[in-house]
Amino acid sequence: MPNINELKKKALWVRKETLNIHRIIPETRLASSLSDVEIFVALYYGKILRFNPRNPQWEKRDRFIISKPHGAISLYPILADFGFFDKSELKRVGQKGSFLGGIPDTTVPGFETINGALGHGLGVACGIAIALKKKNSESKVFVLAGDGELFEGAVWEAIMFAAEHRLNNLILIIDNNKISMLDYCKNIIDLSPLQEKFRVFKWKVRTVDGHNIKELYKSLKELKEEKGNCPKVLLANTIKGKGVPQLENNALCHIRILKEDEIINAIKKLNEQ
Amino acid sequence: MNNNQLKTMRDAFIETVYERMPENHSIFFLSADMGAPALDGLRQDFKDRFINVGIAEQNLINIATGLALEGYVVYAYGIAPFITMRCYEQIRQNLSISSQIRPLNVNLIGVGTGLSYDLSGPSHHCLEDISIMRLLPNFMVFSPSDWKLAKDFVDYSIKIKMPKYLRFDSRPLPLIYNKVNDLNLEKGFYELLKGKKVCLVSTGFMTHRALKVAKELQNVGVLDVFLLKPVDENSLFEALKKYEHIITIEEAFINSGGLDSLISKILSDHQSSIKLKRLGINDKHVFEVGDRNYLHKLNNLDEESIIKLAKVCQ
Repeated sequence: MPNINELKKKALWVRKETLNIHRIIPETRLASSLSDVEIFVALYYGKILRFNPRNPQWEKRDRFIISKPHGAISLYPILADFGFFDKSELKRVGQKGSFLGGIPDTTVPGFETINGALGHGLGVACGIAIALKKKNSESKVFVLAGDGELFEGAVWEAIMFAAEHRLNNLILIIDNNKISMLDYCKNIIDLSPLQEKFRVFKWKVRTVDGHNIKELYKSLKELKEEKGNCPKVLLANTIKGKGVPQLENNALCHIRILKEDEIINAIKKLNEQ
Repeated sequence: MNNNQLKTMRDAFIETVYERMPENHSIFFLSADMGAPALDGLRQDFKDRFINVGIAEQNLINIATGLALEGYVVYAYGIAPFITMRCYEQIRQNLSISSQIRPLNVNLIGVGTGLSYDLSGPSHHCLEDISIMRLLPNFMVFSPSDWKLAKDFVDYSIKIKMPKYLRFDSRPLPLIYNKVNDLNLEKGFYELLKGKKVCLVSTGFMTHRALKVAKELQNVGVLDVFLLKPVDENSLFEALKKYEHIITIEEAFINSGGLDSLISKILSDHQSSIKLKRLGINDKHVFEVGDRNYLHKLNNLDEESIIKLAKVCQ
């Protein structure tokens, strides 16, 4: 078990760095990048994922497909911290000549796929999972998707496919932050009961508080190690905009751009925690 | 090879892929629930490398992408209008955009181009594919006119690591290239008949029509464009510049990025005074019921109409 307090400190740092990036490039999707901070921290600092910053394409790495990359600005500081690229790059996000854009892509060391358009990541991950099985590889495929993304039909094509092909090397994490762009998901199309939906589609389902690093770590580790013969999904219940009061519980937080003083205040409040 | 031997492009292609699979373990063949006589053996003998994803073209492209990211050579097979248009965004994001950073060897095989599925109506006609697939950066678009070309493309497709769209007619067709010994695939075209004033420039099924027309007339050239992207534009202009009139013939929408647009662009780039006539479907879907020849007649793509037009030019 990693030192959970250390991981909590990392999560706090990542949140502040994400706010700093939002200050440089306000077009970044801040709220969406704050709900998955603990998920990223557990995966990377908790060493759930196998990776090699000096060789991002290392054959033995676990593949991590981020199907909601607009909400993965919070991964920039983590990748920099591990040395995928220099930390000074974090000050240049969105600036001329930087490879760190408003939505991460494969020009960023550590990003596996292009996923700006939603609903593709899980299907691509299924292809990778089949390939890894063919190679007798021990590596696993992790996917991060948003709950709003489940409205995309292609996701369900992949959900059916993964179960049929018994892709037990595939772990889907849903950042269940309950809000898409314009409203709470349940007001658009109510996806509940989501656990049951995955169960009848023959997936193994677990639910976790997506901001509790200890529980996240335990769930992810168990899901990774579990053999079984079906794909696995972790429903991580999160709060969109977590850590910033103006964003939390705000149906329109997805497109909310924080002003300079709001960012400074938000960082100050985080420091007081 | 006897040129009367009728065969579908897909069967010739799949048979050759099948022959490569025992020694080349990197080949996967995926289908969106589409079959072919030649596919039966492949499905049976390579169960671990054949996947029917079901009627799910979006997932077909995504699964193909995942396999290709891991280094596999992937063939993804489906009905032409569906494997291009149902999943265009998957093709754009996961193949075209992705391949600019990390080239992926995914070969989309679309069967039933143009009006191949004549009686199935406009949902099954495929008149947009040339334009929309040519549009995508990092893509190759292959449009053979006979099954020998299709067969010859297999080894090339394994070797060239990039996404490709292979558009195959659905019908068994006779050979055209059986007596051609100096073909260069990479050039992308071949002048099948040399003419004097008029040249018919065609692709796919319509090259058979062009050859028939040329047989009826004297001194009409026929040039088959089988790589719609990339094509060696300079060589193509060198071949065309001796003519006064060019008639492009395609079973596709005209004036919207197809073969006619490609030729027009080449002529324009060379500030050529060659006159260009475009034959194809002009900005409307085809609801009329009837066989392919009838539909051609309604759209001036039949032998008689083309002969008439060529005679005016001569």
